[in-house]
Amino acid sequence: MQPDSSVSCAPGLMAAPSVAGSTLLTAQVHAKLSERLFVAAVWLAAALVAASFLWIVADIAFHGFAKLSWSFLTEAPRSSGRKGGISTILVSTLLILAVTVAVAVPLGVGVAVWLSEFSRRSSRTARVINIALDVLAGIPSIVFGLFGNAFFCVFLGLGFSIVSGGLTLACMALPILIRATESGLSAVPHDWRQGAAALGLSKAAALWHVLLPAAAPAITAGLLLGIGRAVAETAALVFTSGYVDRMPESLMDSGRSLAVHIYDLSMNVSGGDQAAYASALVLIGLLIVINAVAIQLSNRFMKSRIQPA
Amino acid sequence: MTPVALTPHSPYTLGTLQSGPACCVPQPILEIKNLTVRYGDSTALDGVSLDIYKGCITALIGPSGCGKTSFLSSLNRLADLIPAAKISGDVRFNGESIYAPGVDVRRLRTQIGMVFQKANPFPLSIRRNLEMPLKEHGVRHSHELKARVENALQDVGLWDEVKDRLDTPALQLSGGQQQRLCIARALVLKPSVLLMDEPCSALDPISSGVVEDLILRLRGTYTVVIVTHNLAQAKRIANYAAFFWMKERVGKLIEFGQSQQLFEAPVDSLTAAYVSGSRG
Ligand SMILES: Nc1ncnc2c1ncn2[C@@H]1O[C@H](COP(=O)(O)OP(=O)(O)OP(=O)(O)O)[C@@H](O)[C@H]1O
Ligand SMILES: [Mg+2]
Repeated sequence: MQPDSSVSCAPGLMAAPSVAGSTLLTAQVHAKLSERLFVAAVWLAAALVAASFLWIVADIAFHGFAKLSWSFLTEAPRSSGRKGGISTILVSTLLILAVTVAVAVPLGVGVAVWLSEFSRRSSRTARVINIALDVLAGIPSIVFGLFGNAFFCVFLGLGFSIVSGGLTLACMALPILIRATESGLSAVPHDWRQGAAALGLSKAAALWHVLLPAAAPAITAGLLLGIGRAVAETAALVFTSGYVDRMPESLMDSGRSLAVHIYDLSMNVSGGDQAAYASALVLIGLLIVINAVAIQLSNRFMKSRIQPA
Repeated sequence: MTPVALTPHSPYTLGTLQSGPACCVPQPILEIKNLTVRYGDSTALDGVSLDIYKGCITALIGPSGCGKTSFLSSLNRLADLIPAAKISGDVRFNGESIYAPGVDVRRLRTQIGMVFQKANPFPLSIRRNLEMPLKEHGVRHSHELKARVENALQDVGLWDEVKDRLDTPALQLSGGQQQRLCIARALVLKPSVLLMDEPCSALDPISSGVVEDLILRLRGTYTVVIVTHNLAQAKRIANYAAFFWMKERVGKLIEFGQSQQLFEAPVDSLTAAYVSGSRG
């Protein structure tokens, strides 16, 4: 820092007429005050959100922590969940989620790629799909439950099973995932598509090497929103994967998810409150783990594109 | 055509700089016949016929919107990407029509490379920017990959600047370096023609000079078609020049000929006005 540069600046300020200077000063005070108010408001909003989140977690932790233990995670529930643990429920939940992700990701990314890279926005098929997605995104979950029951359980003969539940949740997650992937792809600069085509690359190569990695964060965000919706789901699962709390032996068995378990414990089982709180705590933990894993995976996918294979 | 001299000290595989406009043997590599480009109902370019000569630099000049980019992107069928674009007339590459049915467009684009106005390196590492297209076109051996990547980077004079950080993201390079990387990416596929759409317009004078020298070194080994708004640059590097102009909002080719003649003794009065700077 050169001292003279600040000195040469100062006389200009000093030389300003005093009247103009005082109005400038009051204006500055006003600006400062409103700026401070604005900053305070923003901080307050952020603090409120953080506080309500913390309050929920603290409440759940306060009520559930005593019951939480290793054996709670590894033992099967007894006496409708009042005693024992949630091992079978955790397994069912993870299996349902696995089915959901395994179906929703390829299908969702595929549809999004078709919509954004292969179809014309004005084509009839693209328009129909877009309308269908908008409608699907707004349908309440109970309707998905009834549809899943009628279509997967009865029509396809899959019965009350983990597969039926997973497929129903996939239907719910699809619109979110497709929209997120599509907007991720459309945010990728057109220059890269042009550059890839000018090198004689196939569309598949451009997608795999450039477009999808660039859209990976958006796809992950969409997937996490979808999974979040799926993990929290009860209404759609009661009619499709059922609420049998035994250990599932195959994907064709009925299985009770964590959210259904929590619902059941708090609404139908007297004396099940503590177990419900502990299960809720596990559910929150599960969501945090899934978030971390998904973000890790998407980062690794992007990195693997940048660094040599 | 002056033979390309390879001195042992030259770090560039393309040889040292040649100065002055070389006189090419006029042997056409691209023959454009009555080319018309339409976007929907509006005509961007009407009835252009000219030959692009092998091993020479052909500069396309003219005001904004007269269809230079449209012309360029119909030479490698990149206009196919624009659904509204309709092309009529014919373009022959080595005597064969590139618009004939059954032409392998992807192979054509490996033979006619393109560099864009805005540098567009992929969001990959420097190395993978060059390796990925090679691999996609069937180059598998790691020795060959390595050699061709190094050669391409040396050709554009980027090797010494990036050889220690080949695995860092290409988007961390400066604008001028990114543009040279894009030229390397086009050269790594060993095309015979290189189309360049205002490659220097987004660069500072120094980077622009570096790219200009590079283009001059390409002469002889590659056929270059370059769009430029910089008339002095066109005068310095081009063997042939084509002047486009808009007549009633339709792009037309006004004059085509040896660069020296087009700049110093233009036949058309429009050309004379444009190159002297009094119009356009
Ligand atoms: N994708 C497109 N859709 C519709 N019209 C287009 C499209 N691309 C170009 N045009 C029109 O075609 C005409 C020629 O455009 P072109 O980009 O070829 O001009 P240019 O000579 O390259 O201009 P510049 O020097 O500004 O790059 C312009 O009138 C432009 O509006
Ligand atoms: Mg242009």
